[in-house]
Amino acid sequence: MIGWTLKQLGAALAGKDISSVELTQLHLDRIARLNPEINAFVTVDAEKSLAQAQAADARLAAGDAGPLTGIPIAQKDIFCAQGWRTTCGSRMLGNFVSPYDATVIAKFDAAGAVNLGKTNMDEFAMGSSNETSYFGPVKNPWDTQRVPGGSSGGSAAAVAALMAPAATGTDTGGSIRQPAALCNLSGLKPTYGVVSRWGMIAFASSLDQAGPMARTAEDCALMLNAMAGFDDKDSTSLERPTEDYCRDLAANAGEKPLSGLKIGLPKEFFGDGCDAGVMARVQDAIAEYRKLGAETVEVSLPNMQHGVAAYYVIAPAEASSNLSRYDGVRYGYRAPEYADLDDMYCKTRAQGFGAEVKRRILIGTYVLSHGYYDAYYLQAQRIRRLIAQDFVDAFKRCDVIMGPTSPCTAFGLGEKAADPVQMYLSDIYTIAVNLAGLPGMSIPCGFADGLPVGLQLIGDYFAEARLLNVAHRYQQATDWHLRTPAE
Amino acid sequence: MSLTLEQVRRVAHLARLDISETEAETTLGHLNGIFTLIEAMQAVDTKGIEPMAHAQDVAQRLRDDRVTEENRRAAYQAVAPETEAGLYLVPKVIE
Repeated sequence: MIGWTLKQLGAALAGKDISSVELTQLHLDRIARLNPEINAFVTVDAEKSLAQAQAADARLAAGDAGPLTGIPIAQKDIFCAQGWRTTCGSRMLGNFVSPYDATVIAKFDAAGAVNLGKTNMDEFAMGSSNETSYFGPVKNPWDTQRVPGGSSGGSAAAVAALMAPAATGTDTGGSIRQPAALCNLSGLKPTYGVVSRWGMIAFASSLDQAGPMARTAEDCALMLNAMAGFDDKDSTSLERPTEDYCRDLAANAGEKPLSGLKIGLPKEFFGDGCDAGVMARVQDAIAEYRKLGAETVEVSLPNMQHGVAAYYVIAPAEASSNLSRYDGVRYGYRAPEYADLDDMYCKTRAQGFGAEVKRRILIGTYVLSHGYYDAYYLQAQRIRRLIAQDFVDAFKRCDVIMGPTSPCTAFGLGEKAADPVQMYLSDIYTIAVNLAGLPGMSIPCGFADGLPVGLQLIGDYFAEARLLNVAHRYQQATDWHLRTPAE
Repeated sequence: MSLTLEQVRRVAHLARLDISETEAETTLGHLNGIFTLIEAMQAVDTKGIEPMAHAQDVAQRLRDDRVTEENRRAAYQAVAPETEAGLYLVPKVIE
């Protein structure tokens, strides 16, 4: 049952073909075998996972099971989970054992899912390659000389290597979609505010959003059903009626299931700057969508070109503020030797944070400092408004926007590590979605030189169900999403 | 615009980050590369555009003034490095 979808596993558990304990143990065995090489998990606790699996088996026996009851799911190590070490990929939180559950973790627990372990990630979710983790880089199961993408690279690698059937991720500038693209997964960043951020360690609060990573769009819908919903503990959580994100997936839509769907193709996504192999697969996917009945229209996102610049002002500004809490006093790492209070702050933060986190704290501190606030921070926020308005205008002409997720396939370990600007440009197609707060998704759409390519789908606010349906119809017609790396 | 080593050291101090001379020099190169990227947005005409601080136009909610959390002092203090008589022990922070 390794490699089965959540839907298949749910049916197997309901039909008593396997118990949750057996299913969890199968995955734990696979983690024990593959993780030393892939490094996708930073914490595995078989005893805790199996105890949850036993409880799930009791629920299954009592007829009190939902679609995720008994299914093992890997959790990005950015989510606080009671009794579990929660590091956020940083030395700063290297020994932090959370005394409480993030809302996302609590919701999976309530659904009866089993926490399979905590997945490796770029430190404080800052990175596009999963090389900035204090616990070492994650390797891409498709080619272990390459990166899995970041920052949810551990989650992506865990699912791609079939160590977990699904995983959670978070996406601040593309951190679900880009690793999903590089590892041949389906990954969804919901509309900002749809999933609670409570208990999710903050990077850039106005951009961070949690979402599912799985092999199929259908599985992402099942996970989003468990994750989404209003949470009064999170002041940015949106008060909206509960939705069933699976609602459109079961309908038999016939030969042309996407008739009437208008796909917007932004000319800015289809210019220079994207690898030819990636672009060819994206064009193939759009041709497949036309076969499924959709029509395409050209749209424009004229301010998208400034998205990376605006993002690298706003995100570090928020990060420098959020990370000020790590001072050696309140919690986390503390330097063992220091002369006075100021020295303790400076040494603690210098030793506790890695190079990328320090770099972003410095950018953030600089752009918020006296004399630069208007020129950088306010200008970036104004550009953010222009970018969001571009999307509003585009969605007057189409139902969904499509383009590449990443300009390239998985790059080599260390290849971009010395040049932050090159690394930052990896997220050129994903960042604008976070600035606007829209839902975005990446789905597998083929291979270039043997490496996975992702197709990005962007929806209007709260159009997750539509996005999932549009992705699902493509996955009914193709099998790219079912391909797995050779062992 | 180019940053100077002196500015990097000053910003590092404001951010309470110890930085060695070698790190300052490497960081200077990286930051100047990033700020070249950022500078490009200065040319965009944003006159009259309202800054967008947040992805949704949300207002802070008010809640009822009542206790919603149970007392979990023991659980919270279990992960603290040092406690005494129910209090957290931290380095001297008022000099």
